[in-house]
Amino acid sequence: MKCNVCKENEATVHLTQIVGEKMQKVDLCEECSKEKGVGDPTGFSLADMLLGLGASQEMEEAAGGDLKCPTCGYTNADFKKAGRFGCPDCYQAFSAGLDALLKSMHKGLTHTGKTPSRRRGSSQAKRIKSLEKKLEKAIAAEDFESAADLRDQIKALKVGAEETKE
Amino acid sequence: MKLADFLTSHFVASEGSASEDRIVMSSRIRLARNLTGHFFPTWAKKNDRVKTLELIRPAVESLPQLDGAFSSSLDKLNSMEKQTLVERHLISREHAAKGAGSGVVFNQDESICVMINEEDHLRMQVLKSGLNLSDAWTEVDALDSALESKLDYAFSDELGYLTACPTNLGTAIRVSAMLHLPGLVLSEQINKIINSVTKLGHAVRGLYGEGTEAHGHVFQVSNQMTLGESEGQIVERLGKVLKQLIEHEENARATLLESKASTVYDQIGRAYGTLSNAHIVASKEAMNLLSLLRLGVDLGMFTGLDRGVIDELFLITQPAHLQNQHSGKLGAEERDVLRAKMLRDRLKKVKRPNLPKNA
Repeated sequence: MKCNVCKENEATVHLTQIVGEKMQKVDLCEECSKEKGVGDPTGFSLADMLLGLGASQEMEEAAGGDLKCPTCGYTNADFKKAGRFGCPDCYQAFSAGLDALLKSMHKGLTHTGKTPSRRRGSSQAKRIKSLEKKLEKAIAAEDFESAADLRDQIKALKVGAEETKE
Repeated sequence: MKLADFLTSHFVASEGSASEDRIVMSSRIRLARNLTGHFFPTWAKKNDRVKTLELIRPAVESLPQLDGAFSSSLDKLNSMEKQTLVERHLISREHAAKGAGSGVVFNQDESICVMINEEDHLRMQVLKSGLNLSDAWTEVDALDSALESKLDYAFSDELGYLTACPTNLGTAIRVSAMLHLPGLVLSEQINKIINSVTKLGHAVRGLYGEGTEAHGHVFQVSNQMTLGESEGQIVERLGKVLKQLIEHEENARATLLESKASTVYDQIGRAYGTLSNAHIVASKEAMNLLSLLRLGVDLGMFTGLDRGVIDELFLITQPAHLQNQHSGKLGAEERDVLRAKMLRDRLKKVKRPNLPKNA
């Protein structure tokens, strides 16, 4: 059996991790297991790697073909090897297969936690914009009940934005 | 400043004294952050890493929380110093392998530590003794908020903080606790417990080794998922799991004392006997025996022996810490001899164990 990471040496370290209903097996050679921090006291890197290796295959299937990040030149194949991205823009470049990948490792697909303060205004503006689009559609479809609802939501967001400014 | 002059023997992880701290040795929260417009460290060229380090390090050093902190580029530390930082859980093994273009900054009591250009541009952690996740979160949150005004983070409204590995995406938070679970190991319930905790989406691993083979009966529990929940929810969920683990461990200890009291006292007595008299002690053996001694302290069998002393012995009997005590290069066998001597010295004044009062 060959090592999953370098694909060259004989695998002598075998790991099994169970997350939720999913079982993941990884076979590593002595060298890669050391490099990946098997037995690492903080242990984070190992969990990251275990999840990354399985998930990259799902992403490849979903994306169906070769992708390359225009910013940093990172490719599908690179991701498959390392389980890591090359730069923040990769998340856009590889967005095609991303949902399937993220579904396999996280609770949801949308961030609901902390937002940097300088982004708080802009993410609010985006949210308002998307609501306004929905409002237009609702009016066009003469769905006035939804439209009224959306109008109230937009109003509430705008009032909230004013208050945070002061 | 030289690393050896900065490190003190008493640090935050060894100070726990509350009842929950018997089982939860320390709590830790780590946040990962990256700069917008820069490649992630593992994909970036060395020159770029040096540049981002030059950008990030002054920003980190200027924080009031890190006033007077130890700060170094990793190429300025020798391998023994790096290993010492690994044994103290300040940097990861992977980070220790890095050189120019990576750095580490941590404060005097080692409660705040920032790794620069590990897998992500920034990995900041706050460490608290005992069970104290909420304070750890408040502090690491404040640290992050102070840094975000100086550095431009890579952030997406939909995906949150963008990290090199998609497993950290979103909140990029890793909440973890170190637990001493001799009761669950000795009663052979640990694998069952590990399985059920992992089913809840948390990772459990032996701190020094895996599964039942975990040396010193010390385990680390941490969250796995970072996207789709807020930091508060993640911290709360792990807190609940920890409460349950504490309860299971307490129950396991009580049951052991009811059904196999003599075996438990025997093991603790033997651990004391070996540690205070042996002349050759390997690292694994030391940890397992120290764990039993710690259990003995919890059961009130030792007067004049503090849990903090044992937690410190866990640390200073590790290879790099032993080497620091010695000028010449030590081989493994010499280390075992030195370790045994250090343990004998430390335990010289500790009286032999008594049976607990209610036994």
